[in-house]
Amino acid sequence: MSFKGKVFLVWMLLAACFAAFVASFDLKLSLIAEKLPFLLGLHLTPNGFIQGLPLTLFLCLAAMVFSTILGFLAALGRLSGNPLAYGLATFYTSFFRGTPLLVQLMLIYLGLPQLGPVPGAVPAGIIALSLCYGAYISEIFRAGIQAVPNGQREAAAALGLPRWLVMYKVILPQALKLIVPPLGAQFISMLKDSSLVSMVGLWEIMFLAQSYGRSSYRYMEMLLTAAVLYWLLSIVFEAIQARIEARFPQGRH
Amino acid sequence: MSTAPLAADKPEMLRLEGVHKHFGSHHVLRNVSLSVRQGDKVVLCGPSGSGKSTLIRCINRLVSHDQGRVLVEGIEVSDHARDLELIRRDVGMVFQQFNLFPHLTILENCTLAPTWARKMGKKDAEALALSLLERVHIPDQAHKYPPQLSGGQQQRAAIARALCMKPKVMLFDEPTSALDPEMVKEVLDVMTELAAEGMTMICVTHEMGFARKVADQVVFMDKGEIVEEAPPEEFFTAPRNERTRQFLCQILSHE
Ligand SMILES: Nc1ncnc2c1ncn2[C@@H]1O[C@H](COP(=O)(O)OP(=O)(O)OP(=O)(O)O)[C@@H](O)[C@H]1O
Ligand SMILES: [Mg+2]
Repeated sequence: MSFKGKVFLVWMLLAACFAAFVASFDLKLSLIAEKLPFLLGLHLTPNGFIQGLPLTLFLCLAAMVFSTILGFLAALGRLSGNPLAYGLATFYTSFFRGTPLLVQLMLIYLGLPQLGPVPGAVPAGIIALSLCYGAYISEIFRAGIQAVPNGQREAAAALGLPRWLVMYKVILPQALKLIVPPLGAQFISMLKDSSLVSMVGLWEIMFLAQSYGRSSYRYMEMLLTAAVLYWLLSIVFEAIQARIEARFPQGRH
Repeated sequence: MSTAPLAADKPEMLRLEGVHKHFGSHHVLRNVSLSVRQGDKVVLCGPSGSGKSTLIRCINRLVSHDQGRVLVEGIEVSDHARDLELIRRDVGMVFQQFNLFPHLTILENCTLAPTWARKMGKKDAEALALSLLERVHIPDQAHKYPPQLSGGQQQRAAIARALCMKPKVMLFDEPTSALDPEMVKEVLDVMTELAAEGMTMICVTHEMGFARKVADQVVFMDKGEIVEEAPPEEFFTAPRNERTRQFLCQILSHE
């Protein structure tokens, strides 16, 4: 039997064990069938907003965009000779890497109103995820940019290219190959951490699973459903990441 | 300062006046002054660590000097962004390690700066690049990526890339030091052709045959100072300074 075949067998065996373990809970499958459409977001919330899986995806996609932008800017700050830019970037990354996401979320949701603006739950969730992950992503960008040999920067500068063009046309395309794999890993981790924003009452996957679990006194059914949904989403993310990575030819260096 | 028979009527391209540079506490350039007129070929030599690279990097501000003045066509080299842009457009540079952009084809390497920094149309830039690749004898490599070329071909591509900006001065920092011996000649030949066409050149090199043949002026540096400056025949046959003599002994015994 081939290696792949054996691995498949191992997976099947483990899946069977997992199923047996789950079956021992005496699950009420009808409850899962009843609530799954809500977790999958096939219905809107009473006030007409998306919920469940689509909301989780929406939060993550928005946070991916903003955290990537933030991470790139913070990386530029880290690499800058300007003390203000450097100070801002290091303070930002230090704080958001050094404190729990949950605390950051609460500070934004409960703390910001003290200053004036009252963020809704959705913006608060997106801001918290973006700020937190932007701090990690900045390290990924910094490492990728620094890995490009200095001679590349010098050659481009000597040709009279302005600094932004050196970054855009010469440095970033070469750094991207190093940036994409760990960036994908951060996005998958962000997907799972988005479950934390249920704390501010966002009706994403985890929030629905907990509320239905509480109301029906059947936590296990709902938690398992949520787990499977996150797992499937992660697999999809990984597949997308693999496709993107395959677009960076390895042979050119 | 110089005893060379420089054609005094030619305009001055480049001027260094009392330039100093420190890296931390390390005094790397000490009161360096140099004048280069249009069409001059200057060969810069000296022991490792004597400051040759630092000197030519001050000309296009890859290194910033801390004292004195550097002038390119009368424009003072400073952090002034607009001036720096003008200067770098007119000063081409070729590096020891080629520094071609590995993610771009040879043709794209050549057209990048003309299209963005000279605002040249894509078609014109490609035509120019192809004609210059022809001039360095690698027109058939245009659509390959740098790692697919031999060292000598890469260095010639790097020369073509610099020439695509239509520079008035070319700086070469040991362009043949990273090459296998059998590829040195093809690069030196291209440089010799370029010199014959009247390009103003400053070359850091230890290829003394090239210096003898091409240079108007050989400059010898040691410990951050210009120790001797003379036309090649005088420099090689009657060096005045003891340090120059020692250096020549070492270099020529290796040839
Ligand atoms: N970026 C830098 N930071 C610190 N020190 C430097 C830097 N660049 C050069 N130096 C030092 O300055 C001195 C002169 O260096 P430079 O590269 O100009 O010498 P060189 O004459 O070109 O030598 P080589 O023949 O080895 O290329 C050396 O001692 C070197 O270590
Ligand atoms: Mg050097």
